[in-house]
Amino acid sequence: MTLLAIVFLPILAAWLPLVSDRLGRTACTVLTLIAPVVVVWLALSHLPMVLNGELTTVSYNWMPSLGLNLAFRVDALSLMFALLIAGIGILVIWYARFYLSKGDNLGKLYSMLLMFMTAMLGIVLSNNILLLVVFWELTSLTSFLLIGYWQNDSEARKGARMALAVTGGGGLALMAGMILIGQVVGSFNLSEVLAAHSLITQHALYPVILVLVLLGVFTKSAQFPFHFWLPHAMAAPTPVSAYLHSATMVKAGIFLLARLFPALGGTDLWIILVTLTGLTTMTYGAAMAMFKHDLKGLLAYSTVSHLGLITMLFGISTDLAVLAAVFHIMNHAAFKASLFMVAGAVDHGTGTRNLRILKGMHKFMPLTALLSVLGAAAMAGVPFFNGFLSKEMMLTASIGVDVFGGFAWLIPLVATIAATFSVFYSVRFAHNTFFGGKAKKTPIFPPHAPSKLMMAPVILLISICVAVGLFAQPLVGNYVNLAATAVLGFEQSPYTIHIWHGVNTPLLMSALALAGGVLVYQFRAKLFTWYNNQPDFNELHIFEGLTQWFAGHANAFTNGLENGSLQRYIALIVMLFGFMLVLALAPLEHLTGDITMTKPDLIASVSSFILVFAALTTVFVHHNRFGALIIVSVVGLMVAILFARFSAPDLALTQLSVEAVTVVLLMLALYFLPKARLNESNAPRVIRDIIIATVAAVGVGILVFAILTRPMTTIAGYYLENAKLLGGGYNVVNVILVDFRGFDTFGEITVLAIAGLGIANMLRNLYLPLPLTDNEGRAWSTEPHPTLVSVMARILLPLALMVSVYIFLRGHNAPGGGFIAGLITSVALILQYVASGVGFVHERMNFNYPRWLAAGILVAGVTGMGSWVFGYPFLTSTFQYITLPIIGTFEVSSALPFDVGVYLTVVATTLLILAYVGKLTTTERVDG
Amino acid sequence: MELILAIVIAVLTGTGIYLMLRARTFPVVLGLTLFTYAVNLFLFAMGRLHYNAPPVINMSDTHTDPLPQALVLTAIVIGFAMTAFVVVLALRARADLGNDHVDGIDIAEPEPAETQAQEEANS
Repeated sequence: MTLLAIVFLPILAAWLPLVSDRLGRTACTVLTLIAPVVVVWLALSHLPMVLNGELTTVSYNWMPSLGLNLAFRVDALSLMFALLIAGIGILVIWYARFYLSKGDNLGKLYSMLLMFMTAMLGIVLSNNILLLVVFWELTSLTSFLLIGYWQNDSEARKGARMALAVTGGGGLALMAGMILIGQVVGSFNLSEVLAAHSLITQHALYPVILVLVLLGVFTKSAQFPFHFWLPHAMAAPTPVSAYLHSATMVKAGIFLLARLFPALGGTDLWIILVTLTGLTTMTYGAAMAMFKHDLKGLLAYSTVSHLGLITMLFGISTDLAVLAAVFHIMNHAAFKASLFMVAGAVDHGTGTRNLRILKGMHKFMPLTALLSVLGAAAMAGVPFFNGFLSKEMMLTASIGVDVFGGFAWLIPLVATIAATFSVFYSVRFAHNTFFGGKAKKTPIFPPHAPSKLMMAPVILLISICVAVGLFAQPLVGNYVNLAATAVLGFEQSPYTIHIWHGVNTPLLMSALALAGGVLVYQFRAKLFTWYNNQPDFNELHIFEGLTQWFAGHANAFTNGLENGSLQRYIALIVMLFGFMLVLALAPLEHLTGDITMTKPDLIASVSSFILVFAALTTVFVHHNRFGALIIVSVVGLMVAILFARFSAPDLALTQLSVEAVTVVLLMLALYFLPKARLNESNAPRVIRDIIIATVAAVGVGILVFAILTRPMTTIAGYYLENAKLLGGGYNVVNVILVDFRGFDTFGEITVLAIAGLGIANMLRNLYLPLPLTDNEGRAWSTEPHPTLVSVMARILLPLALMVSVYIFLRGHNAPGGGFIAGLITSVALILQYVASGVGFVHERMNFNYPRWLAAGILVAGVTGMGSWVFGYPFLTSTFQYITLPIIGTFEVSSALPFDVGVYLTVVATTLLILAYVGKLTTTERVDG
Repeated sequence: MELILAIVIAVLTGTGIYLMLRARTFPVVLGLTLFTYAVNLFLFAMGRLHYNAPPVINMSDTHTDPLPQALVLTAIVIGFAMTAFVVVLALRARADLGNDHVDGIDIAEPEPAETQAQEEANS
């Protein structure tokens, strides 16, 4: 439970700063600090267990079917990171209180920092690799927001976008890698993954997995060649840089490298890839840092370099290297966070971070100068500072990496060169800013020293650097060993951190680097001149250019495909469908299947012939719209006959009544649509469409024939046997509709209702010009409602209603039911509209159709819910036989009220559609 | 008979698709109707063809597959609702855009407003 609290407390408290912003900055800061302080306290409560070497895990189900669980673990490595994240978070929040100017929204920054904190804590404490990926992506998202904090600044937006693209993209690769690991191991549980080293490394997919995971790691930790986003992320406020780009986010990649070390590490491929990437990054970053004239830019590249150093150490994979890596993670977080804060303080006090302007600032800010000299000394690896110890261990570890064989000597050599660069920029950071002569004029002059409160976190961090430098073994020696054990996955022989190892190779290398760095610094003017003559190179421009290029082409492609023509869309869809059909039919060896064919039947054959003829005629005469409509209705009738002939009486009845309603509707539509036109399409278009239609038709024909001549298995047996037994009805189709698949039917009448309501809405305030003549220019008949027709229709109404009641009631046992009865009722009522007019009908029965429609759904729904009362699932039906005197025994079924609901919905929807469209033809329109 | 039905469905599909590719709303609606017939018959035929074997227990000795029939029954009704929806959409487009072209842009007619006026003048 405490683990859940550690991870989620910050995000749960993220609203506090937003709300408390108006109470003043101090109140806001104090309230924001609650969550991280509690997190540190909770994390420390786990320290005794961790020191005993115990592993605490918890797991809560989230999506167990996917293997994704809220599983967390605490060991020495994750606790170290959790404390770093929460601890430095506290300092950064404190520092930001003094750093941000009055105009900036402090609450917003704090809120985002807290969300980011949860994401980071989630990464380091996850015990499920999918969960880890979730938090990983959350850090990408929240860091995007943080980098783009000053959203009015275009550099900030671009930097944020770039960081998101690079780290988010890497996150996708990581996800793929993690899923592959899960497939190989058979579990996403981290503990199981860590135990499966040989399973993973011997799997054929191991190289793929490793590269995917490393892509995630290298993008996040700004390793060469993905380092470029980090310097551009410096557009963020300095507290954010100090937090994200020194202590936390960029360390997430390093953390993952350490975390997955037992599962993926130690192989030759790992050593080569990771070590070389780390070495390259370390050297390149250090070299670039030398030439940066922006304080934060210098620190950014120095961070890239130090991340490379740690990566290289994890690549080397020996016990000592891993120990050094863990130790350096802590040291780097301490001195780099403090140096970022110093850079922010200088910026705050002078208004610039430009090293060509800054000099001699120690007069104005002596305390800051002192702290920065100490921090830079730690960064440079001067003896008696923490940076020295881990750098010594790094140099020791870099000697004699077996995998590189004869080239192994290159690694310590390059490492020493990188260390020299590192000394150079460290010296420059402190010397150039605070010393080096009399101060020049800065934007804010005279510069003001930062307040002591603002520097308090820096003082604390620098004290740690010095303390660890002097008393490493008693302070952190034990813990570093434990963390290294957690990384390695086995207990290594304990290592004792000493300041003095005697005169040995690493010490000489270190001394060489220190002397060399200081020496080169004397010739810096020449060096900068040389660099200025180099061609200018900005990754941001290249990145933005690429983005634009991709976006442009994607746009062009989309616009080319989607030109707004519905005709083209339908053609494309049909062509794709035809293509897939051809693809599916291609492997068919013979057209005709095994089963004997049904004998042609006279009625079916004749109606089929009429149908084909009518369908083709429709196409030929479709310019004569009225004629085409009449012929289409012939097609519909023939379909109904085919249904009837092939043993589907229910379908035949439904088709017949729907046909009547459809024709009336289309007649109404025809009244409003423009007159018939001659053929508009040009010949190529017609030929193209004929080809498309023919291909589709032939494909479908072959498909149907091939299926029909092959045997099938069906689940019909169950329904046929149980219709009477379980559903209490003989008409199996109806029993399926109202009982077995009642839920489907419920969904379908809901669709019907939605269509009806949609139509009612579209007709609202619709005004169409009322044509005064028909298409041939003849005036409408002066007698709109012939007496004969209307009288006949009136006589028919009660009869038709009676038939529909009969059809409805017998539906359970013979062809009929709610759908068909509903349609028959509708037809009978529509006839009244047609024969006597809207006014006549509404005088006599003015139904509010939408309301009846709702009533239908309600009846069906309530019937379904009725079964809950008896403890059965939704729409469980039951039936009972009741014997009454005279009438005899009959069945009462709960399916009946459900069918009433269906009936009501069908009647209401059909009438709503036709009555509303019909009303358009009169002056009585649907308004409001 | 299977062959005949296959031809029927094929013709309905072909004519339906051809009409759906037309530029004016009314033929498209007709095409949609024909295509709906094709789809319904196709689904229905998946239960194979049987004479005089309705899936009503006391009406005959043999029974055809009731499941596709139940499926098609609701499909017919919903098909009607959808046709109606398209029809009303076409009416709405006719009212709002002044033409009955499926893309809402009429190349043949110069100005929507003018057309409407012209039509009313003609009538």
